[in-house]
Amino acid sequence: MSTSTPKQTVRDSALRRFLSNPLAFLASSILLIIIAAALLAPVLSPQDPNFSAIRDAFLPPFSPDHLLGTDSAGRDVWARLLFGARISLAGAALALVIAALIGIPSGLLAGYYGGWFDSVSTWTTNLVQSLPGIVVLLAARAVLGPSIWYSMLIFGVILSPGFYRVVRTAVINVRNELYVDAARVSGLRDTAIIGRHVLTVVRAPIIIQGALLLGIALAIQSGLEFLGVGDNSIPSWGNMLNEGFRNIYRDPISILWPALAIGLTCAALVIIGNGLRDALEERGTRKVKASKRAAVVPVEPVAIVAARPEDDATPVQDVAPVPDAILSVRDLKVGYGERGSETVVVNNVRLDVRPGEVLGLVGESGSGKTQTAFSILGLLPAGGRVIEGSILFDGEDLARKSRSAFREIRGTGIAYIPQEPMSNLDPSFKIGSQLVTPMIRRLKIDRREATTRALELLDRVGIRDPKRTFDAYPHEISGGMAQRVLIAGAVSCRPRLLIADEPTTALDVTVQAEVLRLLRDLQAESDMGVILVTHNFGVVADICDRVAVMNKGTIVEMNDVESVFARPAHPYTQMLLASTLEGGPSRTELDAAEAGAR
Amino acid sequence: MLSFFAKRIALALSQMLAISVIAFSLLYLSADGIARAILGEQATEAQVAAKTVELGLDRPLHVRYFEWLTSALTGDLGRSYFTPQDVIDALLTRLPVTLSLLIATTIVAAIIAFGLGIAAAVYRGWLDRVVQVLSVLGYAIPGFLVALFLVVVFAINLKLLPATGFIPLTTDPAGWLRTMILPIAALSLGAIAATAQQVRGAMIDVLRADYVRTLRSRGLSEREIIFKHVLRNASSTGVTVLGLQFVGLLGGAIVVEQIFALPGLGTVAIQYTSRGDIPVVMGLVLLTALIVATVNLLVDLAVGLLNPKARIS
Repeated sequence: MSTSTPKQTVRDSALRRFLSNPLAFLASSILLIIIAAALLAPVLSPQDPNFSAIRDAFLPPFSPDHLLGTDSAGRDVWARLLFGARISLAGAALALVIAALIGIPSGLLAGYYGGWFDSVSTWTTNLVQSLPGIVVLLAARAVLGPSIWYSMLIFGVILSPGFYRVVRTAVINVRNELYVDAARVSGLRDTAIIGRHVLTVVRAPIIIQGALLLGIALAIQSGLEFLGVGDNSIPSWGNMLNEGFRNIYRDPISILWPALAIGLTCAALVIIGNGLRDALEERGTRKVKASKRAAVVPVEPVAIVAARPEDDATPVQDVAPVPDAILSVRDLKVGYGERGSETVVVNNVRLDVRPGEVLGLVGESGSGKTQTAFSILGLLPAGGRVIEGSILFDGEDLARKSRSAFREIRGTGIAYIPQEPMSNLDPSFKIGSQLVTPMIRRLKIDRREATTRALELLDRVGIRDPKRTFDAYPHEISGGMAQRVLIAGAVSCRPRLLIADEPTTALDVTVQAEVLRLLRDLQAESDMGVILVTHNFGVVADICDRVAVMNKGTIVEMNDVESVFARPAHPYTQMLLASTLEGGPSRTELDAAEAGAR
Repeated sequence: MLSFFAKRIALALSQMLAISVIAFSLLYLSADGIARAILGEQATEAQVAAKTVELGLDRPLHVRYFEWLTSALTGDLGRSYFTPQDVIDALLTRLPVTLSLLIATTIVAAIIAFGLGIAAAVYRGWLDRVVQVLSVLGYAIPGFLVALFLVVVFAINLKLLPATGFIPLTTDPAGWLRTMILPIAALSLGAIAATAQQVRGAMIDVLRADYVRTLRSRGLSEREIIFKHVLRNASSTGVTVLGLQFVGLLGGAIVVEQIFALPGLGTVAIQYTSRGDIPVVMGLVLLTALIVATVNLLVDLAVGLLNPKARIS
């Protein structure tokens, strides 16, 4: 089978990553040594763990015949530690097996079939988890008496939600995958689907969870015995701990050995669990990183070579700043990643915006138009920065400004309208407060004045019942309303430059036209300069004075709207326009055209 | 909001009822066993049978349950088999010790966990890595070992703080603090580790949210954005995790009380369960379930206040 080979390598590389993590390697080694010591206890220890010689009590470590000395009853500590490992680990393993036997099948059923079984088992799970395990175990002890096996059996039941939850979540995620649908449609029985597709997916979370639960079981078992409510006739780590604590003043060192054994084993299990998770998750993140890089990297060489003005027939623009412009961007270069080896996403961008002018920044997704907008706002995502060039706003170079100094021009100087209305309002605050606070901070007006102004603004942007919207939470209004609120927020501090990033893309077609008209009116009223980022030439024709076309991180053509529509100079512009006018071809056609043009 | 809360109360009550039914049936299942546990192994069959009748254990289980339930609703949880004490008194005299330990631990854990989580998310870098490592360690080492370590180092070797004993908060706050520092430290570590990790994750997620960028574009200060907007949106995760931790804290308190010889519910639990004193054990289970249910309600209420969307679901 061809599919087994890549799967095998994926698992191998996850295992290799796990073992190359020094902490995880150390933890695995410690756990293996402890397990080996438990298995070889009769070989490693010449003494009987329960043989008691009262006159030999409290012998110090490294006494003859007693490697770690003896306890209060004269029993050999080394022997008890080794044989204790058998009992303690077996007890924890019993709890784990019970938890797996209950949790995994019920998680599979609940996740795969849902319905009443899911509701009932989830309710039961919550019930089991609403009491501290140790209280349940103490109650059980009152009835069943002190037995490590009974209490680990019961603790297995208490732990089963740990398996149930992860398995159920994993199964729900995989159930909706297309290949499971395909398997179902192609007539595979449910058992076959669960066996083949679902079990492979839940295997990793089960192993990780198993390591963590084993640690918890060992901890609670030792805790119970340490409390003195366990069966103290058997040599186990918890009983040794209890014995050591009772004699803490007489023999302070004896508590160290069981504490070390329990602590090391529990810590090793948690670290192994975490290491496994990291090793398996890293596979996912690496893949994403690689594909992202693949998408971005080719931008650089193409953009630099093909789009320099001198190589291109299109006259882009004069280099000198336009005298009356409020914004002049020169030779802007934006990149992500480490200094010196950045992935460049915007290169060689020049543009000017005059007061009262609407500049359309047009291009496909990934062309760098939003990155350009964010660098003007000083809001590039983490890792991104302006590498070269200047952003002159009001004679100040924003590219040199610190993040905190940027605050002085935001809101009053440059404002921003985002693309997706619903995700751009803070869900925890009322709309009124989100409008009022920036005005209080930036315009230095009092709350009453800001409230009056906010209500006026809401009315101005066409919201019918301003008071009600003012008192609403974001989830209580529609997307179109939210976008109007965001526009009101953007213009609330009377900015001189407005950057609107695809302000209508997420809206219904009917609302789009109204929002565009609103933007145009607001812009005309206050003589704002506007940069309108869009992929839509219809929007450009509707509202823009000039248009800059971006492709692969650089501006390939800039001119007034009429000229661009009448005589597109750059082949990329011609292609974009053609595709718009013909009613939108598919991406594949565009790619094909692009490949042909190269 | 009101109906949201009413629903949560109904759910909590149904869970407590279910717990009481299950616990009662399991604890009282073997009437002979209970009588024999009281009388000891030497007791004759006749003595056991007589004791069973004396305790009313010969009647059907469901009859006894409804009897227990009706008196429990009036605050009467029956009487201990071994001491002439009412169960409710035995529990309520010990409750303040455990509650003061739990509340102090929760406050300490919340402050430290939120502080670390916020700092790790905002500054990232080495601080973030330190918090991550501490979280793994705090989670990996069982709480009672931490408690033992603290006793051995600070109380027995350095003699800085008392190893055992309890002074009520109401008699001497400073004395209370001296006796409680080590128990609180031992108990809070695990909760801090788990909560700090979740607060960090939630803060990082919110910091990446679109609305944070938009708030920045409005010219608000970074401090206002982080402590008002980001923290508020991230804190419902933190509060939920802290609430989940509380069940673990309650269990941990039983062990920690024993180590530090604090006369709380944990000591009651161990004393009475070893003797097989079923009415007290039953009362303890009910009280624990009540505490957990109350904390869950408080968490739901807090999340509802913090997050307006949670109120509709």
